[in-house]
Amino acid sequence: MRIGVFVCWCGSNIAKTVDVEKVVEAAKKMPGVVYATDYKYMCSEPGQNMIQEAIREHKLDRIVVASCSPRLHEPTFQRCVEAAGLNPYMVEMANIREQCSWVHERTPEATQHAIDLVRMAVAKVAKNEPLTRSRLDITRKALVIGGGVAGIQAALDIADAGYPVVLVERTPSIGGHMAQYDKTFPTLDCAACILTPKMVDCASHPLIEIWSYSEVEEVKGFVGNFEVTVRRRAKSVDESKCTGCGLCLEKCPVKGIPSEFDEGTGTRRAIYRPFPQAVPNKPVIDREHCRYFQTGKCGVCQKICPVGAIDYEQQDQIVTEKFGAIVVATGFDVWRDERAMAQFGYGKYPDVISSLQFERLMNASGPTDGKIVRPSDGRTPRSIAFISCVGSRDEEHGYPYCSKVCCMYNAKQALLAKDKLHDVQTYVFYMDIRANGKGYEEFVRRTIEEYGANYIRGRVSRVYPDGDQLVVKAADTLLGRPIEVRVDLVVLATAMKPQSDAKELARKLGISTDQYDWFSEAHPKLRPVEVLTDGIYLAGACQYPKDIPDTVAQASGAASKVIGLFSKEAILSEATTAYVNEDTCVGCGLCAEVCPFGAVDLVEVVDREKSTRDKQVMKTVARVNEGVCKGCGTCAAACRSGSARLRGFDTKQILAEIDALADVLSTRK
Amino acid sequence: MKYAYYPGCSLESTAKEFGESTTLVAEALGIELVDIPDWNCCGATSGHALDHKLSIALPARSLGIAESMGLDVVAPCAACYNRLKSAEIAMKSDEVLQSEINADLAKPYEGKITVKSALEVFTTPEVLEKVKQNVRYPLQGLKPACYYGCLLLRPPKVVGFDDPEQPSRLDEAMRLVGAEPVEWYFKNECCGASLGISKSAITVKLTGDIISNAKKHGANCIVTVCPLCMTNLEMRQAAAGKQRGEDLTIPVFYFTELLGLAMEVPGIRKLFASHLVDVNPALDAIDSAQPAKI
Repeated sequence: MRIGVFVCWCGSNIAKTVDVEKVVEAAKKMPGVVYATDYKYMCSEPGQNMIQEAIREHKLDRIVVASCSPRLHEPTFQRCVEAAGLNPYMVEMANIREQCSWVHERTPEATQHAIDLVRMAVAKVAKNEPLTRSRLDITRKALVIGGGVAGIQAALDIADAGYPVVLVERTPSIGGHMAQYDKTFPTLDCAACILTPKMVDCASHPLIEIWSYSEVEEVKGFVGNFEVTVRRRAKSVDESKCTGCGLCLEKCPVKGIPSEFDEGTGTRRAIYRPFPQAVPNKPVIDREHCRYFQTGKCGVCQKICPVGAIDYEQQDQIVTEKFGAIVVATGFDVWRDERAMAQFGYGKYPDVISSLQFERLMNASGPTDGKIVRPSDGRTPRSIAFISCVGSRDEEHGYPYCSKVCCMYNAKQALLAKDKLHDVQTYVFYMDIRANGKGYEEFVRRTIEEYGANYIRGRVSRVYPDGDQLVVKAADTLLGRPIEVRVDLVVLATAMKPQSDAKELARKLGISTDQYDWFSEAHPKLRPVEVLTDGIYLAGACQYPKDIPDTVAQASGAASKVIGLFSKEAILSEATTAYVNEDTCVGCGLCAEVCPFGAVDLVEVVDREKSTRDKQVMKTVARVNEGVCKGCGTCAAACRSGSARLRGFDTKQILAEIDALADVLSTRK
Repeated sequence: MKYAYYPGCSLESTAKEFGESTTLVAEALGIELVDIPDWNCCGATSGHALDHKLSIALPARSLGIAESMGLDVVAPCAACYNRLKSAEIAMKSDEVLQSEINADLAKPYEGKITVKSALEVFTTPEVLEKVKQNVRYPLQGLKPACYYGCLLLRPPKVVGFDDPEQPSRLDEAMRLVGAEPVEWYFKNECCGASLGISKSAITVKLTGDIISNAKKHGANCIVTVCPLCMTNLEMRQAAAGKQRGEDLTIPVFYFTELLGLAMEVPGIRKLFASHLVDVNPALDAIDSAQPAKI
């Protein structure tokens, strides 16, 4: 055994606290060590060359690098020794930066601590064995969950790179929230004009399949090899026959169902498509409201359909398919807690509406053909109050976070209202104006200066009716006094919140969520589109409130990660995975229970071919799916019979480290 | 049903009719109220404005005595209730504070009992059922604006036994005894509270807003749950009316008085004599709506 120890200064990060030369001297005396040295930046090219030369010159077979955290540079040094002909798992890192120099003053104890850490790493590396990474095949087909602008962008980017995509959407049409908007800030492009071409591109792309009215039921497998089960809900309309003529939509006798797409400002029938530009542009039957499904009598749509596309017998289809990567783009929901908005009378006074409802009133394809009118009496409002931060930045009633986009759409709606109704008076009640994006601040100024919006800094305490108007009671914190403003319409900038079933989807995918149920990224700064499970990526507002530019940027980011994955020949699995000694395993299943990644299955195996009674004896044992295992070691720690083991962190290796420390500590007393 | 009773300073002085109607109605409903012996000031306004720890310690002393009696506390006054409840929550959620304050108390408060407002106690389903059985003089013709005030239900995380923004328990109780509470929008606006002493012009403005909104929606009386609200609503009517150029004269009742009136609890009617605003127009409205006796 010939161990080499390389102590890094990390510039002054380590060297200013730890006496690296003393560490080198101590290392030279450790068992098995034949060579030790130090260098200013071990991770740099000269540093790595130094290691490779030492391996050749001193015939080293095991390496200890005393530097930073293995999370940062273990892969660097593994590649380095591999290039010099060693197995990459013959490297150990002693973290003398994060776990030593950064948390100590320059004292002899700090140097002693570094020496102890090196001693443990040397003891462990002596027990290391070569490990091999296995090659896993990749199914080069992506699943995109959610057909909003994030999902659409991701699907198009992946498909344009030549890989097939299935785009799963829960509602009857793709388009998401963006399809509901009128115009988009800060350029005032019409949302439909820039979104619907992308929707059509998705539908016509030879590599994209749209599964609308469908939901993910189960996700199994691992990066490159996911097996996903999707429920394709019965639309009761045979898509292969339907021409989208829309005759059924006019004749369906069940009217007056509040339209989800119009946020309840308009109605739809039992057979419907959410909006005229829907993709796919074919209706579905809402069975809960359909007279035929509820009473067995009606059948009007079936009689009227010229191509016989109505199929009442259609069943939900459960489809299982293999995918190599998954993009989660399930978006957000709008906060609608009427009870928590009681001070504004939302849900009680008809002329208090949400911003998304106002968006539908402004939209030319909305229920009023784009005319801004009061829901109560259809009158054109002469004054409108926009209230910011309803449920955002408000721990008392809603969420502590900022929903990020409300300041901008408040400004946009105030501007567009003035544009449509020239003599309308607009008031925007705000806490702060958060307009940090390209052209955003300028846009808000334009709303104030050119479109005469009255911006009032202060919270609204109450909205109450007086005659046929509404009184908004608020504080003007710049004037330092309470104010009351009488308006015809109140628009609440309600918070963005996670989808109510986000937690459920996270469980199916095996990914994590934060305290609000937004999906958690792998690293808040450096890995913003990945999650901790390989092969699953995030796009859009399912992660945190985002505007359209950020959403689209992240969607393209997620797509490029998928394309990067698919362009590899194969995936090399991590070698430090768990395994189970099936001879000693008693099949108690504790490891399967504690595994955070669902990587352990219980399987039946033959225990003995022939028993005394001449019968085959079976037994249950745990088996690790190495493609899913992340090498966390929880199973190994939990196993009562010591059968679950973690490669690279075997009991004998861990004990060697502890022994090395215990030995020197006992002499120091 | 038995409670430790915390009257507070108002209910023994300016709001005597609130105190007496509370005990009379409780007795009629079989709810036993036992005075907390040697109770002390709840620390309202001056106490909690100046010294946070004192604002917990003062109510904690009374709560400690009640705990030694093994009874939950009823505090009818909205301010007393708010202070006592705040102390209860603070003591229950902060062990360090609890042990610090208890070190100074002869009878420590360990969070074994809880504080309730009179409205809370009198409007549980069981008690309301009893009230319903005992209504002998339904308050038909009475159109109260039910006024909860600012303190009773806020902050909701501390008090909040009803919806803080759209409360309904007082309205429900009034409906149960035959009155027809009006829909109005100032149920929980501030009356100006103790600014009535230092900056009375603000109180005149705020009470004017409240009474005007009540009258505009057809109320022929206001029902309150707070002694300070009562004082402001009664005392500022004339000045507010003059300022707004409206007739803002309107009788104001404590809700316990109206419960007692509907149940014909002996001794209730004589309390009306101590009101500053004549309540007879309201009583006449009830009388004229009663079915003719043959």
